[in-house]
Amino acid sequence: MFLIGCPWCGPRQQIEFHCHGEAHVTRPNDPDAISDAEWADYLFSRVNTLGIHYERWVHSHGCRRWFNVARDTATDRILAVYRMGEAAPKVKT
Amino acid sequence: MSKYSVFSLVRNAFSYHEKWQRAWRSPDPRPEYDVIIVGGGGHGLGTAYYLAKEFGINNVAVLEKGWLGGGNTGRNTTIVRSNYLWDESAALYEHALKLWEGLSQDLNFNVMFSQRGVMNLAHNLHDWRELSRRVHAIRLNGIDSEILDAQQVKAEAPILNVSPNSRYPVMGASMQRRGGTARHDAVAWGYARGADMRGVDVIQQCAVTGFAIRNGRVEAVETTRGRIRAKTVGVAVAGHSSVLADMAGFGMPIESNPLQALVSDPIKPVLDCVVMSSAVHVYVSQSDKGELVIGAGSDGHVSYSQRGGFDIIEGIMGALCELVPIVSRLKMMRQWAGIVDVTPDRSPIIGRTPVDGLFFNCGWGTGGFKATPGSAQVFAATLAKGEPHPLAAPFSLDRFRTGRLIDEAGAAAVAH
Repeated sequence: MFLIGCPWCGPRQQIEFHCHGEAHVTRPNDPDAISDAEWADYLFSRVNTLGIHYERWVHSHGCRRWFNVARDTATDRILAVYRMGEAAPKVKT
Repeated sequence: MSKYSVFSLVRNAFSYHEKWQRAWRSPDPRPEYDVIIVGGGGHGLGTAYYLAKEFGINNVAVLEKGWLGGGNTGRNTTIVRSNYLWDESAALYEHALKLWEGLSQDLNFNVMFSQRGVMNLAHNLHDWRELSRRVHAIRLNGIDSEILDAQQVKAEAPILNVSPNSRYPVMGASMQRRGGTARHDAVAWGYARGADMRGVDVIQQCAVTGFAIRNGRVEAVETTRGRIRAKTVGVAVAGHSSVLADMAGFGMPIESNPLQALVSDPIKPVLDCVVMSSAVHVYVSQSDKGELVIGAGSDGHVSYSQRGGFDIIEGIMGALCELVPIVSRLKMMRQWAGIVDVTPDRSPIIGRTPVDGLFFNCGWGTGGFKATPGSAQVFAATLAKGEPHPLAAPFSLDRFRTGRLIDEAGAAAVAH
C-alpha cells in the first residue's frame, strides 16, 4: 500500500483510489477513417512500461476527481502527480 | 541420465543418497541454435521438452534470466482445472488436463498431480445461475462438472461455514473432480530434466537484452552472455512479455499486475479439495505439508514489483475468516506476489507476432499454471511447424484486430 497525493485532498491511502491504466491514450478523431489495426491499437495496446508509467487515478472514496500520476512500476514509487489536461512531466527514477 | 525408479531409490539408499546425479547440466551457450526459448518457467521448459520429444528438434536453448521456475511457476497456488465456459478455452485447458493426468509417467518425475477436486462456490442467486449455466456448457464440451447443493458442499469441505446466516452464505457449488493441484517446482524441474536428457541446453543467469531483427525477421537474441543466433525464437516470459515485445519493436495488449498468495503454518489435514469463491475472490487448498495455500487478488495498477498491496491481503483474509472460521486461529507464514500478464479478454496469446520467426506465448494472466503442459505442447507444435497448432489458432494476437475475442473475463470459473 502506498500513499497517493491527491491534488485536491492531499496524501491519502491507496485504498481510497482506483487506477484506470495508461494516461494520454487519445481517441482517434475519426474512427471510420482508420484501419482495424489502428483501432485495435487504440482499444487494446498498452505501454505497460517497466519503469516510469504515466497513468490515471481517481479518488473514488474521496473527492471522486481524476488526475494523472507518474510512477516507477519497478518500485511503485510515485514520482509526480499532475492534473488532467496537463502534459506529462519529465521525471527520473 | 539415470531413470528414477524404486530400484534407483533403493540403490542410492545404500550410498546414503550422496551419489544422485545432477538432474540437468549447466552448459555455456553455443553461438547458434535451431530454436531459442526465452523464459525458463514451466511453459518455456515444457516447450523445449515437447520440441525435442515430439518434433525431433533438440538443437534448442532455454534462456532464463534468474533460476528455473523462479517466476510465476514457483509463485502460483498450483490449482489445475479445465472448467472454462467458451469452447476454445475448454479445448485448450482440457488438452492440458489430459496431459497432466499422465505427466509424472511421461517425465519420469513425480509432479505430485493430485486430482482432489476443485469446487467453485455460489453465494447468491446470480452466482448460482451463472454457475449452473457454466456447468451445463462445460458438460456439453465433454468435460466433467457437477452441481452440489449446500449440504453436499459441507460434506466435501466440513471447515466451510455454509450457514444461511453467515456473511457469505453458500448456496451450492460446481465441482470438477478431475481438477486438483500439482507440485509447481517439480513441473519446472521435471521438464528441465526431460529436455536436458534430450539434448536441450538449459541456460540460467542469462537475460535477454534485445533482438537482432533484419528485414522483419529475427536473426539472433542479444543476451547478457553474448549474441546467440536462431531463426526461430519462442518467448514465454509471463509478466515481462511487454518488455520483450518492446525490445522487438511492437506493442502488446497486456497489462502486468502483481497477484498475491500466502500460506499458513502447517496443520493436520482439514481440507481435501480445492475451494474457490469468485464473489469474495479467494481460493484455498491444503498442501501435502499441511499448509493452507491461499490465493488472493491482484492489484489494480501496472507493477513489476513482485510485492502487491497489503489491502488485498486484508480484504481476502477478512472474507476467508467468515467463510472458513478456523482460519482466524492460523498464522500466515509467508506472502509473495507474481507478476501476471493480463489481456483485455483474459485469454492467452499464442502464436505469431509482427516479427517473422518470433513467437510469443503469453497473456495467461492469473491462470497459467494449470495450462502448462497443454500450452507448452501447442507452442512447441507452433514453433516446429511455423504455423499455429489448431488449439492455439483462436488465441492469435490478431484476434484483437478482427474482434474475435475469447472473453473469459466474466465467464471463467474465477473472477479476475
